[in-house]
Amino acid sequence: MKFDVLDRLAQLGQFGLGHIQSLGRSGIFLFLAIFSRAGFSGRGSLLIQQLYNVGVLSLIIVTVSGLFIGMVLGLQGYSILVRYGSEGAVGQLVALSLVRELGPVVTALLFAGRAGSALTAEIGLMKTTEQLSSMEMIGVDPLKRIIAPRFWAGVISLPLLTAIFNLVGILGGVMVGVDWLGIYEGSFWTGMQQSVDFVHDVGNGMVKSLVFGIVVTWIAVFQGYDAIPTSEGISRATTRTVVYASLAVLGLDFILTAVMFGEL
Amino acid sequence: MRMRTVEISVGAFMLAGMLALVAMAVKVSGLSLKSGGETYELHAYFDNTGALKPRSKISMSGVTIGKVKEIELDKNTYMAKVVMDINRHIDNIPVDSTAAIVTAGLLGEQYISISIGGDEAYLRSGDRFEDTQSALILEELIGKFLLGTVNKGE
Amino acid sequence: MMNSASSCEENRTDNFIEIRGLTFYRGARAIFNNIDLDIPRGKVVGIMGPSGTGKTTLLRLIGRQLRPDQGSILIDGQDLSSLSRDQLFVLRRKMGMLFQSGALFTDLSVFENVAFPLRIHTQLSESMIRDIVLMKLHAVGLRGAWSLMPSELSGGMSRRVALARAIALDPEMVMYDEPFVGQDPIAMGVLVELIRKLNQALGITSIIVSHDLHETASIADLLYLIADGDVIGSGTPEEMLSSNDERVRQFMQGLPDGPVPFQYPADDYQDDLLAKRHTGSGGIQ
Repeated sequence: MKFDVLDRLAQLGQFGLGHIQSLGRSGIFLFLAIFSRAGFSGRGSLLIQQLYNVGVLSLIIVTVSGLFIGMVLGLQGYSILVRYGSEGAVGQLVALSLVRELGPVVTALLFAGRAGSALTAEIGLMKTTEQLSSMEMIGVDPLKRIIAPRFWAGVISLPLLTAIFNLVGILGGVMVGVDWLGIYEGSFWTGMQQSVDFVHDVGNGMVKSLVFGIVVTWIAVFQGYDAIPTSEGISRATTRTVVYASLAVLGLDFILTAVMFGEL
Repeated sequence: MRMRTVEISVGAFMLAGMLALVAMAVKVSGLSLKSGGETYELHAYFDNTGALKPRSKISMSGVTIGKVKEIELDKNTYMAKVVMDINRHIDNIPVDSTAAIVTAGLLGEQYISISIGGDEAYLRSGDRFEDTQSALILEELIGKFLLGTVNKGE
Repeated sequence: MMNSASSCEENRTDNFIEIRGLTFYRGARAIFNNIDLDIPRGKVVGIMGPSGTGKTTLLRLIGRQLRPDQGSILIDGQDLSSLSRDQLFVLRRKMGMLFQSGALFTDLSVFENVAFPLRIHTQLSESMIRDIVLMKLHAVGLRGAWSLMPSELSGGMSRRVALARAIALDPEMVMYDEPFVGQDPIAMGVLVELIRKLNQALGITSIIVSHDLHETASIADLLYLIADGDVIGSGTPEEMLSSNDERVRQFMQGLPDGPVPFQYPADDYQDDLLAKRHTGSGGIQ
């Protein structure tokens, strides 16, 4: 019985060590991908190709989701605020919740599902088909050639996608609030403009999405690179990307919100 | 050819993202390019600032002319010191003007309303309003009202 | 001083690769246990053995994608463990490797795949690169396929393109990882012919890791047989076929049971069947 407890404890320790080890490995991996020497031409076009894969191809899901979320916010906000006769504050409600919270978080979650899983699967498949090994044998560091452009593309894309999401969402709110429910347009916009501060609200939202971009892309490329090179390994890595990235986004969002907006 | 369409769409994507950011700056947060540095600071001391917050508006005759920059307690006088940013082109506020904290509607947000005095001299950057009116605290008002009624009854 | 230099020179002419006391563990399992192996310069060497004996691992050790736990690997007179990262990349230019799956870059066309090592390692002009790529593709008989994408190629074709890429930088040695697996007889014949031609015409040292006996034996000058983490036999194909060693004979003649048992190590058969009844009934529910 006593040994049993010790065994469990040892297992727990192993489990913890294993996780710390994989965290360390992913940290070293990120460091190497970003900072080691480049040494080949055509980096620009690689980055552009990845911006296309990661950013442009995520545009549709981001704009459509943004539109609907803005419309729902407008509708819900109206149905509550109209009871107090302050339906003019709908604009403020839609804009603030989008710019501060929903924009960065929902875009990051969609991004993890759309682009993150694709990155993991792509890199994992490259590993399985020995493309990474053969690149190494040719004398090219796959971290530079494969990982770095994808990482930077993710970090650049997510804030831009978030900005587009926010704007489309607010337009969706305008569509529902002003065009369908007949809120006076002037009070809608001025209410919004008075309550939204560019640096404090929009700026902090962008900082959030930048942090999310780094974390989500990091998780995605690392899971692909670290995947066990079998079909099952790739499917697990892809799942892990979406799960870990979503949890990381939600957890970090709480921390960032507490730091940024905590004192108000 | 394929690369070209990729490049164009990436360019369009980045442009759209930046335009969205600009649109949010101008249309959503009401950031206007002029308002940046062209303000000057005025101070005022209040006994009680109520629910006044940084970025609350400052109005004169109902027109917004600036906003509250910061609110802090003056340790020596135990009064609240309010720092205001006033638009530069409103440079003729008489020195004996009054700054009052008022409420928009019964439950609305609080802001500073400035009533014009009659002096020939104008407030400069860094000056303070001598005459102020603190926020009306609804609970205190009701308390006074009740007290007054009771006294009358006796 | 003079002496060591001359002996080193001698090594260079004899063996392209010398492996001494190589030990490599994967987990607790010894993949290689203190093995010695020589790859003579300019020869075709076949490394054979049952599946799962770590033949591919050996190639990865030679390419320094894995590090041995003990022992040394000398390539062209240079000790792998003493090389810096940059020196390693220079050394790798002398080695081409043909991977089991071909490992073409799926986002690049056939032409760009072959041009890839040239663009990375040389400052050649675009027209020079074009000439070299077409030459290499011509050598493997696929010049007409330069504009295709890897997904449009058959298995045999993509392996030939990969071979063209492996020899793009005119390496001194090419390693073939299971080149014959999953190929139809015609494609296999083409590959055998190509490997032979590359060896004879260009003097490229070739290492073929394979368990396809006939094809490998037909082109190899020297065969090594690896099993259970050890070299169990070496020699020319003829010597190996007439070997008296039971383990060598079993592999070379394809006998199902022998020193390498048909059964994966297991408990006693009867015990297992009886035990199944007890644990099985609980397990199934």
